[in-house]
Amino acid sequence: MRKLQGWKDIPTGTAIVKAGSSVEYLTGGWRDARPEHDKGKCTNCLLCWVYCPEGAITVKDDQVTGINYDYCKGCGICATECPPKVKAITMVEEPKLM
Amino acid sequence: MARLAALTGNNAAAEAIRQIKPDVFAAYPITPQTEMAEEVAQYVADGILETEYIPVESEHSSMSACIGASLAGVRAMTATASCGLAYMWELLPIAASMRTSIVMAVVNRAFNAPLNIHCSHDDSMGARDAGWIQLYSENAQEMYDNLIQAVKIAEDEKIRLPVMVCMDGFIISHAVERLLLLADEEVKNFLGEFKSAHPLLEVNNPVTLGACALPDYYTEHKKQHSEALRHSLGKIMEVADEYARLSGRSYSLFESYQLADAEYGIVILNSAAGVTRTVVDKLRKEGIKAGLLKIRVYRPFPATQIVQALKNLKAIAVLERTDSFGGVGSPVFTDISAAFMEAPTKERPLMINYIYGLGGRDVGLEDIEKVYASLQVINQRGKIEKSFAYLQARE
Repeated sequence: MRKLQGWKDIPTGTAIVKAGSSVEYLTGGWRDARPEHDKGKCTNCLLCWVYCPEGAITVKDDQVTGINYDYCKGCGICATECPPKVKAITMVEEPKLM
Repeated sequence: MARLAALTGNNAAAEAIRQIKPDVFAAYPITPQTEMAEEVAQYVADGILETEYIPVESEHSSMSACIGASLAGVRAMTATASCGLAYMWELLPIAASMRTSIVMAVVNRAFNAPLNIHCSHDDSMGARDAGWIQLYSENAQEMYDNLIQAVKIAEDEKIRLPVMVCMDGFIISHAVERLLLLADEEVKNFLGEFKSAHPLLEVNNPVTLGACALPDYYTEHKKQHSEALRHSLGKIMEVADEYARLSGRSYSLFESYQLADAEYGIVILNSAAGVTRTVVDKLRKEGIKAGLLKIRVYRPFPATQIVQALKNLKAIAVLERTDSFGGVGSPVFTDISAAFMEAPTKERPLMINYIYGLGGRDVGLEDIEKVYASLQVINQRGKIEKSFAYLQARE
């Protein structure tokens, strides 16, 4: 659990004074379906990386290495954008993984 | 050096704005504020005032422009009335909780319907919970003085809250009176430069303002705003003292007139304090201990100080130029009632709420005399039968 600040400690006037602070806010808990990435099928076209609104597709040396589930909200855009002939990303409902 | 001038309330406000020299003035004309907005535009057009005048398409836009300007780090002002203020509604709490330093002149005018362009306090009283500081002005002199003080209050680094400065539509905004003005240099030196807490245009220190706060943080932001407003009374008084040293004119949270030993009191805001003062003088000559409390700072509400000033009276009438439809009483009445509820004192005067002067109806000496007479009756009976009444409605 991240530590929540009190009213005296937060900056005045709704200001966010530190750049990149959204990294501290894990949004993975919003997800009801998770994209699962199949490295064997993936052609590394990086369309999923381009379209992911959360920057949750992890890439190293131009290769998709996986999905960051701390931030992935499960919107499914990556699975939709993955070319139909490739289908390297499949959405799996979270309850089924429990 | 003080200058003597004969000005309408709107002229006086425009003169204050010229001397305050906002970097941005974004306004939309609306009766009875129009003359003020026009005059500021004229100053800019004539090169007398160096201000970015934004002739917006609505009040929703004028307040939005002011919020942007204030957050960018410059002095921003606007002026409005009635429906114009209502049209700003969505932006008012944003301006306040984002801790902007906007100063807005409000020329009090009734809400429609029926269509009416004259004075009620519906507009600013309706906006009392938006989180702004509110100052009320009896006449053009007070409007001028309050506007200048408002800028210093709003920009104070411990406060950083927007301020509404109100005067009565037509009764004050369009009536010429004699008043004293400060020299341009005096106003400039009194106010100094505006320094924003987190200026958006400071590229080396980038900030995000007005981002989303979910249930885990929203409460803390509101608590912070609430505390800032509640604790601004001290600073408002400090500014008043400093202004008194400069101008020779003293201001407080409220004005007490013949209140120290009074038995019967009227609480009132803005222009009708004048007629009330005259009646107090008349009654005092007749041996009746009448007094007046005229509220200047309504938000934050100086609850402790008002209870202290009123607790020894026998009966009080709170006169209001707006109806809080369906409420226990109108805003000031319910605030004073609540203030007495939480005060340690057991002494409580009998209190009645009269609605008066709606839509610009003139309040005369006889109306105020009627109120003081009713307070004496209430005191003799020792109780109030009906705590809320319209003073001037024909049956």
